[in-house]
Amino acid sequence: MRLEDAVGACVLGALIVYAVTGGADYGAGVWELLALRDKRQSEVIERAIAPIWEADHVWLIAAVVMLFMGLPGAFTAISTWLHIPLLLMLLGVVLRGSAFVFRQYGSRSAAAQRLWGVVFSAASVVTPFMLGMIAAAVAAGRVPGADEARATSDFIAPWLSPFPLCVGGLTLSLFAFLAAVYLCKETEDAALLETFRRRAIAGGFASGAMAGVAFFTARAEAPALAARLGGAWWSGPFHAATAAAAVGALGCLFARRYREARLLAAAQVALVILGWGFAQYPFAVPPHLTLLQAAAPPLVLKWLLAIFAGGLVLVVPAFGYLMIVFKSRS
Amino acid sequence: MSDLLAARAQMAFSLGFHIVFAVAGIAVPALMVLAEGRWLRHRHPVDLELAKRWSKGAAVLFAVGAISGTVLSFELGLLWPRFMAFAGPIIGMPFSLEGVAFFMEAICLGVYLYGWDRVSPRAHWLSGVGVLTSGTLSGAFVVTANAWMNTPAGFALAGGKPVDIRPLAALWNPAAPTEIVHMTLASFLSIGFLAAAIHAYRLLKRPSEFHRRAYTLSLSVGAAAALLQPFSGDFSARQVARNQPVKLAALEGQWETRRGAPLRLGGLPDDQGEITRYALEIPRGLSLLARHDANAEIAGLKSFPREDRPPVIVVHIAFQVMVACGTLLFAVSALAVLLAWRRRAALVEPWFLKLVALSGPLGVVALEAGWTVTEVGRQPWIIAHVVRVRDAVTPMPGLRYSLAAVVAVYALLSAVVFATLRSQVLGSRHAP
Repeated sequence: MRLEDAVGACVLGALIVYAVTGGADYGAGVWELLALRDKRQSEVIERAIAPIWEADHVWLIAAVVMLFMGLPGAFTAISTWLHIPLLLMLLGVVLRGSAFVFRQYGSRSAAAQRLWGVVFSAASVVTPFMLGMIAAAVAAGRVPGADEARATSDFIAPWLSPFPLCVGGLTLSLFAFLAAVYLCKETEDAALLETFRRRAIAGGFASGAMAGVAFFTARAEAPALAARLGGAWWSGPFHAATAAAAVGALGCLFARRYREARLLAAAQVALVILGWGFAQYPFAVPPHLTLLQAAAPPLVLKWLLAIFAGGLVLVVPAFGYLMIVFKSRS
Repeated sequence: MSDLLAARAQMAFSLGFHIVFAVAGIAVPALMVLAEGRWLRHRHPVDLELAKRWSKGAAVLFAVGAISGTVLSFELGLLWPRFMAFAGPIIGMPFSLEGVAFFMEAICLGVYLYGWDRVSPRAHWLSGVGVLTSGTLSGAFVVTANAWMNTPAGFALAGGKPVDIRPLAALWNPAAPTEIVHMTLASFLSIGFLAAAIHAYRLLKRPSEFHRRAYTLSLSVGAAAALLQPFSGDFSARQVARNQPVKLAALEGQWETRRGAPLRLGGLPDDQGEITRYALEIPRGLSLLARHDANAEIAGLKSFPREDRPPVIVVHIAFQVMVACGTLLFAVSALAVLLAWRRRAALVEPWFLKLVALSGPLGVVALEAGWTVTEVGRQPWIIAHVVRVRDAVTPMPGLRYSLAAVVAVYALLSAVVFATLRSQVLGSRHAP
């Protein structure tokens, strides 16, 4: 595997981990919007998120750092042209973080909790949507290359169009689905469990529908991407695997097998993101900027990979220890 | 407001906000580890209570620091994409290392906060030490990236682009050692004294074993750092004299190139007249301090082209503020040591408590002033003598809206933090 491909894989990997951990945080916020009157739900959600919250969101920063260190050409193009959705996403992250801090550590007055619940939920909807839009804008080749950039000063067209909007919706429904599936294992209360289970099933179907809509808009708006997604040698087996994960997750939910449902739901999300990566390859920013062109010099890439590997060796056991400490019910 | 000015203002604002929480994330774990250490040795319940309350404070501050840190990592790209195109591969390493350290800190803090009853006392205390160590390391790594902007190293220039990039040389650049030491001490100094001031204030209202313990512990940490800081400042100043002579000239308000240049206390630089007025001048003081040689030549601002000079008034005044606050805290610390040796009880007498309560917050003032000196003192460069700030900014227009949005959201966040810390750390009206 070439160095720049490995770096691209690391960035994608970080985004996958972010999606299956932090993504569920956002999804939980979406359900809170529908549960503002139900304190028991909020409590379960808060208790599940609290200890690992910061550790989850570090993966986003990891992706950003690896991008500017290892694929600076891509980082610069994305930061310049997708400034607005990135800024909105960022504001969502800050508001969500503030709401989280306040609800976790602050006043318990009912009015304050409700207000922050709304802020938390609203921000939880915005950020995943923006994430999806940014990914779609890149994948669809809507980010101008260096030559086109000199001719244009349109900072809105790259991201404000049907395909990115659909993928934004898809991301939101996937995260909401993920959150509901995870929450099934976080409570012993039968009524709450039933609520989460129904929502997970609804989220699963919604995600499937959104994926279909997104694919059709891709065919109209980003034919090159749609061709890669639909017609490459790996497309068939890949889509089969993703569908199997999705159907399997729903099946486990129907059968009330929650641990398996979790694994399959996470696998489904991971496969969707992986599919995005494969569809774009070998471009970092389609249609012109390849991974090789966007990459930093080889020595820098080697250092990046070394630090990533070393970091994993340090962090994974430590994270495992944290999970054991926290999840052991005393 | 021009887009460039809006971008600079937004970055300065975000950094000024973040630095307070970043240093709190380094120093408050020190306080909680020391308190828990005392608890494990002497079993006074107050020390356990102290460790627990400080850890809750640490959790809030850490969470906010994580949020503001995320904002900064995005702003690097949103506001300065042309800087990141140049520098990203070169200073990516300290940022990556900082990320790993931060991740470890988050995990250790998770164990510390939620593991009180779930791990052995020894393991619990060690997780606290883990928070302190990783926090300090992550701060050190980030500071090396800033040091690189001041003394760029580890690459060569070919047609305005960097080639032959050597990440290790970039990380261990000339300013790195002095910036790391100075910033680490500044963390303990500012937060130690701020905590001491808060607890001193509470003690003035009502005697309390809890606040007395908190006060002595935080004052010890703050004073130890304050006593060492002038020496670190000396090292830093000499490094700046060697590698960033225009910055030295600006912070001192030195316009003429001179041998045996004077040290100026106070004074107001005049940009047009190229002179600094109203200063108390100590003959040969600057040559002595900056080069440890009373007859050394110091380059004056006039020897640099106007477009390469930083805003002298801001840099000079910020420097005077920083040194004044640092000197005052040094004096308070020296007095505290004297009292601890000769008459311990005086440390909690109202006159000394008032002194600490009033001077304590100045550590944070010194912190912000110091960052102003080093950042504004590097202008007009974003990478000293290599890339200018105005060439690094994003082409996207309307940055004043971005500035307004960030300021508004941070105002909200500040209100949340203040209210939360108040209830969390200081406890209810019924607290001891």
